[in-house]
Amino acid sequence: MKNDKIRKASTHISQNEGLIFEHSSTGKKAFRLRQLDVPTVDAAHELGSALRTEPAPLPEVSEPEIIRHFTRLSTWNYAVDHGMYPLGSCTMKYNPRVNEAVARLDGIAGAHPYQREEISQGALRIMKALSDQLIEITGMDAITLQPAAGAHGELTGILLVRAYLESQGNPRKKVLIPDSAHGTNPATAAMVGYEVENLRSDARGMVDLAALEAQMNDEVAGLMLTNPNTLGIFDEQIGKIAEILHRKGGLLYMDGANMNALVAKARPGDFGVDVMHLNLHKTFSTPHGGGGPGSGPVACKRHLEPFLPKPVIAESNGVLRLDYDRPQSIGRVRAFFGNFGMFVRALAYIMANGPDGLRQTTEDAVLNANYVRKQLEGTFELPYATPTMHEVVFSDKLQSKAGLRTGDIAKRLIDYGFHPYTVSFPLVVNGAMMIEPTESEPLEELDLFIDAMKAIAQEAIEEPELVKSAPHSTRLQRLDETAAARKPVLRWKPEEK
Amino acid sequence: MRYLPKSPAERRQMLETIGAGSIDELFAPIPAEFRLNRDLNIPRQMAESEIVDWFRARAAENGNGYQILLGAGAYNHYRPLVIDSLISRGEWFTAYTPYQPEIAQGTLQAIFEFQTMICELTGMEVANASMYDGSTGAAEAVMMAMRVTGRHHAILARSVHPEYREVIATYAKYQGLPLSEVAFGENGRVDLAALDAAITDQTACVLIQSPNFFGTIEDVAAIAGVVHAKGALLVVSIAEALSLAIVRPPVEADIVSLEAQSFGVPLSYGGPYAGVIATREKFLRQIPGRLVGQTVDREGKRGFVLTLSTREQHIRREKATSNICTNQALVALMVNIYLDVYGREGLRGLAEQNLAKAAYARKALGARGKVLFEGAPRFNEFVLQTAEESGELSHRLAGHGIVGGFPLRKFYPELGNASVWCATELTSREAIDAAADEIKAVGSVAAADCCEVKK
Repeated sequence: MKNDKIRKASTHISQNEGLIFEHSSTGKKAFRLRQLDVPTVDAAHELGSALRTEPAPLPEVSEPEIIRHFTRLSTWNYAVDHGMYPLGSCTMKYNPRVNEAVARLDGIAGAHPYQREEISQGALRIMKALSDQLIEITGMDAITLQPAAGAHGELTGILLVRAYLESQGNPRKKVLIPDSAHGTNPATAAMVGYEVENLRSDARGMVDLAALEAQMNDEVAGLMLTNPNTLGIFDEQIGKIAEILHRKGGLLYMDGANMNALVAKARPGDFGVDVMHLNLHKTFSTPHGGGGPGSGPVACKRHLEPFLPKPVIAESNGVLRLDYDRPQSIGRVRAFFGNFGMFVRALAYIMANGPDGLRQTTEDAVLNANYVRKQLEGTFELPYATPTMHEVVFSDKLQSKAGLRTGDIAKRLIDYGFHPYTVSFPLVVNGAMMIEPTESEPLEELDLFIDAMKAIAQEAIEEPELVKSAPHSTRLQRLDETAAARKPVLRWKPEEK
Repeated sequence: MRYLPKSPAERRQMLETIGAGSIDELFAPIPAEFRLNRDLNIPRQMAESEIVDWFRARAAENGNGYQILLGAGAYNHYRPLVIDSLISRGEWFTAYTPYQPEIAQGTLQAIFEFQTMICELTGMEVANASMYDGSTGAAEAVMMAMRVTGRHHAILARSVHPEYREVIATYAKYQGLPLSEVAFGENGRVDLAALDAAITDQTACVLIQSPNFFGTIEDVAAIAGVVHAKGALLVVSIAEALSLAIVRPPVEADIVSLEAQSFGVPLSYGGPYAGVIATREKFLRQIPGRLVGQTVDREGKRGFVLTLSTREQHIRREKATSNICTNQALVALMVNIYLDVYGREGLRGLAEQNLAKAAYARKALGARGKVLFEGAPRFNEFVLQTAEESGELSHRLAGHGIVGGFPLRKFYPELGNASVWCATELTSREAIDAAADEIKAVGSVAAADCCEVKK
């Protein structure tokens, strides 16, 4: 398809590729087992009736076919390495290569979680160093690295809130959650046995202080607040919010999804947050991996420390150990110590940056978002005029007159060589278009993105059908998601012969 | 800073466009009292070579290159090189969750293949796109059983991984889900009579692990008979996924929670790993986590999408099946590649080698102590009771470059000086013999006289 406005991308041939099962043929192999240095045993004799009689019908393919299969599949993905990936609240930043290299060092990737402490000092030192640095970055007093993801961190954090309040005599009943919050927040509160009470935002996109004042009472355990929130707005009343909660014995939980706006510029511990989680896969550059693994450490103030998941790391005379003797602990949230491989990467990232690099990173992230905002303001409706930090939320209001929704514009961005922004979120904005460029985008890429968005806005007026039927240059056109849900096909099956 | 693609002039130009006099103007929304006006107190910026040096030094402080005779939920199997070669492509590891299927077909198809393989290995009808790990997967499986049955009590076998049980206890605490435990018998398997007595009409599920924490393979069919007779569900947790290549799959289970780490995932001091939940089709709507389904595009071409998301937190919020958002896509990709490398024949061959190594180790080590739980089959782990304290032995073995078994005293004091040992295809005969010799060197007391199971 010819279109002079599309400057970032051109179409090119991509390879077709079936399912790996469709390459399988009996007798092909991609392995050679080692020579066995002990006597063989008779499996039927060893296992008796527990023996598997029919092998699992896994594919039988050769090594070159495996390489081609996954290489071909990979070319069907868009990735940060291709270009701007402006998914709001996802912080799709560059994933440094040194992180990957050090996480794969033999003594690190090969360490068994139950090997004795005296031969785990390196692993424990990595965890201790990361813990110390994250505590300094957040301004909190203590931390656990155990949670495996952001939502898992939320669960841990709210469990800490509950355990603390129970120790004070009353766990309370409700958790307040702003209407702009991520869906994991209410789902988490429910898992910890709390009722969820919605908290209204005001016209500026911030917490409605009067509503908070009215809703806060001794039945409320706390507030789960994302700051900056999902509109990219830093709630300047944060000090007051914390004060209202604390005055009535509640706690302030901060969802750290948007910490990329704050690192080295402000610390949640300084503005009244009692407990928060971090997403190492957002703020600290560990790769998203196509949807995990993540890592969601939880940092807290001193009064919540006794309740942290066990074990915690302790140090005496330069020797590190795991301390399991934590009578008030909420227990474990995961086996072993969490997603250790992500700790290695996050620490390598912090070391590569240092205090000056982290500050510049945050400044660039905020600079990029404000640049995009400035350049697209007017072309797209900006529902909140409040200053934005690291991400900006527009709406499809202007384009919806021509019947185009945020999802259509997003699909058309694909033709322009970009991954779409976050579509239809936060829910407080009708037709939301949530854009987070991160610090990793050069000016050149931002300008291409801005031009693409403007060109699409123009198309929305001149050729709305072109936008509505996008994408046009992908391997597949829009997929039938309704059919997928109505009659789920969740696994491959050989064709009936 | 080398990750930041901007010159000072470009920054100035952008500020000018925005109409800001300085970068700090953009941070004005943060009240002055909360702005950090100093450097963070963290180490200075380091060169790449300095970072590599630092981590190499840390790696050397771990048991680097040791022979590992330890499993207990994390297994030392060989990882074919093609895995890291492939997953190091940026298209895999720098992509996000596949929300835009037109430009995420690679990830989606890979997950669909993964779901298929998990079904084939476990004998279940559907599998999800992965969970954080085996412990949280087991907890989610128990919650799922509660939703399916509408009952509010769960029984955990004491032979389930102790840390899995701890995680489940944490998850269950505020779900109105009392937990109880059922004992193991002389052969290390779940005590069927005790189980039968423990199940009430409020029991949503019974969770067992097979092979269990002692390495013993449970009689899943018999347990299922007892559990189903009382209208409860059977949840089977599997920590050593490779066992599925040679051990009869738990087809009688209602939910299988698998830890897939054995399939090509590095030990990495405990994570990231990948859990996965597999179940029967009729329970599909209660499964937590992402699911990938097959569909067609406008031209009828086969493609894949995330599906059945009405179960999930971003739609259902506090009524979701779980708060889980992320899964372990890249780890699931490792598993997919691993299973393609070994395939139908290789996985079986590998399992046979594990069986042989463990049988040899059981015999060699058993000559210096007492192997517990005879009379039931095992895969690649077994429990050995020794004359001396397990920790002492492990400490000495470490001096010989060997990572010894997992001491059981902390969780099972009644077993005395017992450890659970593991041998995989990577465990050398030499290391097994060396470990056995070390036991002998101290065990001057005749093993049989001192190693009784204390009940």
